[in-house]
Amino acid sequence: MNYQFEFGWLFEYYPTIVKGIGITIQLIAVGAVAGISLGIICAWVRALGPVWLRPVVAAYVELIRNTPFLIQLFFIFFGLPSLGLQLSELQAANLAMVVNLGAYSSEIIRAGIQATPGGQFEAGASLAMTPFETFRHVVLVPSLQRIWPALSSQVVIVMLGSAVVSQIAAEDLTFAANFIQSRTFRAFEAYFVSTAVYLLLAILLRQVLGGVGWLIFPRRAAR
Amino acid sequence: MIEFTIWDILRNLLLATRWTIVLSLVSFVGGGMVGLALLFLRTSKRKWLRGFAKYYIELFQGTPLLMQLFIAFFGLGLFGIDVPAWLAAGLALILWSAAFLGEIWRGCVEAIAKGQWEASASLGMARLQQMRFVILPQAMRIAVPPTVGFSVQVIKGTALTSIIGFVELSKAGTVVTNATFQPFTVYGLVALIYFALCWPLSKSSQILERKLNVAHRNH
Repeated sequence: MNYQFEFGWLFEYYPTIVKGIGITIQLIAVGAVAGISLGIICAWVRALGPVWLRPVVAAYVELIRNTPFLIQLFFIFFGLPSLGLQLSELQAANLAMVVNLGAYSSEIIRAGIQATPGGQFEAGASLAMTPFETFRHVVLVPSLQRIWPALSSQVVIVMLGSAVVSQIAAEDLTFAANFIQSRTFRAFEAYFVSTAVYLLLAILLRQVLGGVGWLIFPRRAAR
Repeated sequence: MIEFTIWDILRNLLLATRWTIVLSLVSFVGGGMVGLALLFLRTSKRKWLRGFAKYYIELFQGTPLLMQLFIAFFGLGLFGIDVPAWLAAGLALILWSAAFLGEIWRGCVEAIAKGQWEASASLGMARLQQMRFVILPQAMRIAVPPTVGFSVQVIKGTALTSIIGFVELSKAGTVVTNATFQPFTVYGLVALIYFALCWPLSKSSQILERKLNVAHRNH
């Protein structure tokens, strides 16, 4: 083996890498907020929503959970224009992330709702709350709190999955690595560094989600 | 201009599905073997072995599978090793699924009551004997549903190997799209084929989980 590792030259490309990191962070920020919101709506429909809507949401969840993200992305970016819905690379990437995380998080949140004791719903009803008000004020937050660790891991998994959006030329971190690789032919260094950045992002994201959980959930008084 | 019927498209996609299935099986079986080794390291008494397995799992779970594929495909090539796409794909998928399976199974081993370890130790069993005769038979029961569930992730993971040029279902989808200019139909069909592969596994994982839970309650 006579390949010499050099990482110094990568500094030349730092604007490309930083831009890529920015887009990856933007993808996961939009994906997490909109995806979890969609997940909450879907979980509500499946647990308590109108009966006719439940099979529709169930089909969406099953379809997304049993097909690869790459194909969902290709379908949205290449397939939907034939229905007249033309999206830019970034819009398509964002939409795919939201649709994907929405399906996964709805299953996780539904598990949280199902773990809520039935007495909570009865208590809400006895205070003259409608089922929706009970869901909104009594059930939702403790349910989310219960499943927050699982939801956090899912967000990290979806963030790592976002590497695929480079395939429709959305300029994320992987796209930056591919770009550098094609310019310099130094594949190992380019992919090694971007892999390390992904690892850091994953660790950081886990910390951030832990912090968010600490902020939004009521902390029980220490006994 | 050649006209392509739905049947032409579907036949070509189904032919490529073979490679998705073969790669999934190889990854799942290979990943299972490496994962079993990781499980032993992870539950070992020696600290550095536990540490090694922990960082291995952290590394492979904390980085994108796509990057692992790139490093296996482009990275190894730099060392003068000629890496065909199928080899890089198989290698990366085996190492990746091993990390997940090892971690899933560790959870199952840890779910076994501590008294089982102590009881088997008091019978004078060595560590490997404890695992072989007492812990693993019980842990395997709990491990079946999540393991079947993870096989779905492996099948979906194989889609990424199309990016380094392994011709399986996803790659066939791209090729057929380029020939027919019908991305909506083609990717729709590709999605349906993946669904047909994955959904029975997801469902059986759920059913197994329910069955085993019921069995547990009766104890």
